[in-house]
Amino acid sequence: MVRLANPDLTGHFVELIRRTSVLLPEDVVRALERARETEPVGSSAVGALDTILKNVEMARELDSPVCQDTGTPIFDIFMPVGYSLREFEDQILSALRIATQNSYLRPNAVDSVTGKNSGDNTGKGFPTVHFHEWTDSTIRVELTLKGGGSENVGAQYKLPDKSLNADRDLKGVRNVVLDAIYKAQGQGCSPGIIGVAIGGDRGSGFVESKRQLFRRLGDVNPDPALAALEQEIMEKANALDIGPMGFGGNTTVLGVKVGAQHRLPACFFVSVSYMCWACRRRSMEWRNGEVVHD
Amino acid sequence: MIKVQLPFSEETARSLNVGDQVFLSGVMVTGRDTAHSYMVDNFIKRDPPESEREMQQILTELLNGGAIYHCGPVVAKENGRWRFVAAGPTTSIREEPYEDLVMEKFRLRGIIGKGGMGARTLAACQKVGGVYLHAIGGAATLIAQTVVDVLDVYKLKEFGVPEAFWKIRVVDFPCVVTMDSHGHSIHADVSARSKKILDDLLKG
Repeated sequence: MVRLANPDLTGHFVELIRRTSVLLPEDVVRALERARETEPVGSSAVGALDTILKNVEMARELDSPVCQDTGTPIFDIFMPVGYSLREFEDQILSALRIATQNSYLRPNAVDSVTGKNSGDNTGKGFPTVHFHEWTDSTIRVELTLKGGGSENVGAQYKLPDKSLNADRDLKGVRNVVLDAIYKAQGQGCSPGIIGVAIGGDRGSGFVESKRQLFRRLGDVNPDPALAALEQEIMEKANALDIGPMGFGGNTTVLGVKVGAQHRLPACFFVSVSYMCWACRRRSMEWRNGEVVHD
Repeated sequence: MIKVQLPFSEETARSLNVGDQVFLSGVMVTGRDTAHSYMVDNFIKRDPPESEREMQQILTELLNGGAIYHCGPVVAKENGRWRFVAAGPTTSIREEPYEDLVMEKFRLRGIIGKGGMGARTLAACQKVGGVYLHAIGGAATLIAQTVVDVLDVYKLKEFGVPEAFWKIRVVDFPCVVTMDSHGHSIHADVSARSKKILDDLLKG
């Protein structure tokens, strides 16, 4: 195996963090605009969506974070064989310190034992970085900033669950996901985007449910059974009348994304990650010294 | 749109009803998870130790008839002065075990946050004459523009930026009354309504 020299991406990581914190992705903005059209004129739901859309625009103009909870930074790096993982991790830590200094990130890493905030968004197990090897010569970096309010309303279910009329089938999956959306009410900053993983273990399930959140809202699941499930959950969730901010209304979720993993015969987990409307996800690609941001 | 100047009277609090849109102006203080457990541990469960007496005095003045904002801001320090860069509300329900105690102890009238609170806080709103004011979650840059001055910060080193008590002056801070002093809660209503719909959907 040839050891490749890592390019110094520190400055590009800082720019990726800035863009992710400040610029809400276009597909999410369009979905919020469409949602606004479905709510009755003069309703609290419209008021909430108007404020949200105005805030998105102001953040862009003022180069300021969309939301003060800049969340857990979750990096996924796709790269060819041969690069040092440790070097990229060190660059990410430097970038997080710079972005925090520049007020694009709130200091968010708290020592769970002492309660002390590290002040620079670095700490034990913080941030989250996943590496993936691929055959492409490009280095692709995806970043999600996952806020705490929405993370708190995530949930994991173990099927069957009699109380929710949920057997070990897709209807059972539908029911527990609807239960999670109901239980979240407005507390995860609805309208939310729901990432679901069927199967896996308790750890891999949540990882996959968050990976689903990186999908574009308008994409179609390649598995027709899952595509139909996503559609059904979305329609039913929006009938719950929870609405933006939990004020009531037609838009409780902007999207539902479902992935499936193999499971143990004994286990049937459904892991649900709730993403707030401020769905901050961005990517960049490095090829031969050139970087392109999405 | 109703304009409310901070601090405000019991009469003003009781004149507000769920659904009212409110613009707040005046001085308020942020306080979230660490701040609430700190207040309960030091000023409610016991008489404060000598080291916390000054803090008690400061909070007594700030909170009497005032408002506490569940918020952990993004801040910047420019030429020695703090500025709020992004400052939307955090989820309030985590303060449910503490808020009624804090409201009664300090005669707090306004709780500002998102997502609503539970039966204990609603009961305290009725008893004290207070309201829960819902700000728009995630609208952090927009709300930060209404924070015209950062007057002081307490417990910054101990609690860290998000958890510190930030004393701020706001002008036309936008929010909606979602829990009032008459026992009404939009959150309780929406929750009950959506539960009925959910139960039907689960059967299908």
